Amino acid sequence: MNKEQIDVRYVANLARMDLSEEECTIFQGQLNAILGYIEKLQDVDIEGIDPTAHNSPVFAGLREDTSRPALNQDDLLRNAPESALGQIRVPKVVDA
Amino acid sequence: MSLNTQTISSLREQLIAGDISPADILDSLAENISNSDVGAYLGHDLDFAKHEATSVDLTKPLGGIPIGIKDNINVNGQPCSCASSFLENAYSAPYDATVIRKLREAGAIPFGRMNMDEFAMGSTTENSALGKTVNPHDACRAPGGSSGGSAAAVASNTAIATLGSDTGGSIRQPASHCGVVGLKPSYGRISRYGLVAFASSLDQIGPLTRSVEDAALVLNVIAGHDPADSTSLKQDVPDFTEGLSDGIQGMKLGLPKEYFGDGIHPAVREKIDHTVKGLNAAGAEIVEISLPHTEYAVATYYILATAEASSNLSRFDGIRYGNRVDKPDDVLDLYRRSRAQGFGPEVKRRIILGTYVLSSGYYDAYYNRAQKVRTLIRHDFLDAYKKVDAIISPVSPNAAPLLGADKDNPLQQYLADIYTISANIAGICGISVPCGAITSETGSNLPVGLQILGPSMGEQSLLRIARAAELIQQS
Repeated sequence: MNKEQIDVRYVANLARMDLSEEECTIFQGQLNAILGYIEKLQDVDIEGIDPTAHNSPVFAGLREDTSRPALNQDDLLRNAPESALGQIRVPKVVDA
Repeated sequence: MSLNTQTISSLREQLIAGDISPADILDSLAENISNSDVGAYLGHDLDFAKHEATSVDLTKPLGGIPIGIKDNINVNGQPCSCASSFLENAYSAPYDATVIRKLREAGAIPFGRMNMDEFAMGSTTENSALGKTVNPHDACRAPGGSSGGSAAAVASNTAIATLGSDTGGSIRQPASHCGVVGLKPSYGRISRYGLVAFASSLDQIGPLTRSVEDAALVLNVIAGHDPADSTSLKQDVPDFTEGLSDGIQGMKLGLPKEYFGDGIHPAVREKIDHTVKGLNAAGAEIVEISLPHTEYAVATYYILATAEASSNLSRFDGIRYGNRVDKPDDVLDLYRRSRAQGFGPEVKRRIILGTYVLSSGYYDAYYNRAQKVRTLIRHDFLDAYKKVDAIISPVSPNAAPLLGADKDNPLQQYLADIYTISANIAGICGISVPCGAITSETGSNLPVGLQILGPSMGEQSLLRIARAAELIQQS
């Protein structure tokens, strides 16, 4: 595969993160260098190899569907930047 | 010998005998923290800890022992900043991580929040947005990272023992650079519930201590299956101190030829070679082995870890916790600017790289491919452990770097992770044990760590070998 150049602004948008012009320029160079290094993985013969997602031989152990104590609303709202009426306040999402 | 310089096992004897109290240990630490220029701590609450100490059960295995906690582990009621501006003064833990609950049940006292690289991303602790930590052996040098505060505190006698986290070497490497013991248990050995996730398939919590025995004592307490962490394994937790000093007669130790090439600093190499000779003299057979996919480990890691991080850090959106920007235009603006202002450059870099390798059109070429190379790296270790009981290597090609080195060259920093990174990819256990010191070009004495890597769930034998290496160092 050809050596790719990352479109930093486009990807940062996917990640919901603003970047300054300066950051875009600096990161562009640094990330291109890192991607250039990562290209070496293209040399590996992966024919017939299964991917490993994680290392523990555990497969979706389900628990009993019984209720148990959880954190209470006050504890969780304590960290909310804005809250009211027992809920977290956010800017309007849906136009009425 | 003052209390802040002693091991857990030595302090426990005195606590049980009634010669000292937990408050005495805390006072000794607090006095040294206030005199220290190392900057290992982001915060510590002496009053709270002393209050907790009044009701501690000294018959429990770690009764009365204060343990410093890396600031990405939730301790109920305390800030948990991950050394990030995003969470600074904007998040306090509403629960105890499972490891904290276990420490408390064993009578230990969580004391102090240890500095780290932001969200555990980095290898010098210089990526902390909230404080500067220096290497206790040379204030011009980094303590390593990302658990730099945890390592520096033990090394500077401002903590008895600490917890860190290791995703690509972040316990073992700072332990090596600071001259303390640092253990990364096998993946699944320790619950990750309450550890702020960086890369969920690679992260593990582990102890940094003054001695191998202390690491075993802490491991005994924090290990075990947790229903709240479905990746934690159900294996029994043996007593890791049992047979610790039994020696290594007849054990086979592998030296991977790919790890002993030209990249290692000659003085570091000399210390490693010296310890290997000592292990041989202590009865172990030294065998040359090969880990053929070593050269692909760093690339594999920086695809998988950044991909997982990009997903894990999407929760930092400014909605439920953390610093939210003022007067956002709309929700999208809230996300974009809160994240822009809250995250440091390394975190942003890794989120961008991780998002990229997962994005449509690139997923197969990068992420899927890296997962397959991960399988090959795992198999390298499984094959090696058919021939040897453990693998010996350097922890890092060099001793502690100068502060500011490679500041603008992240790739150069990543390449130094070569010896530690595969253990996380393969899920095996690894430990760094001090094996001497070298003289830096600036004339300071810098510690060097020896890395021992064991198979998954192989901590008992790993600690025995580590103990043997420790004895060589003490002789």
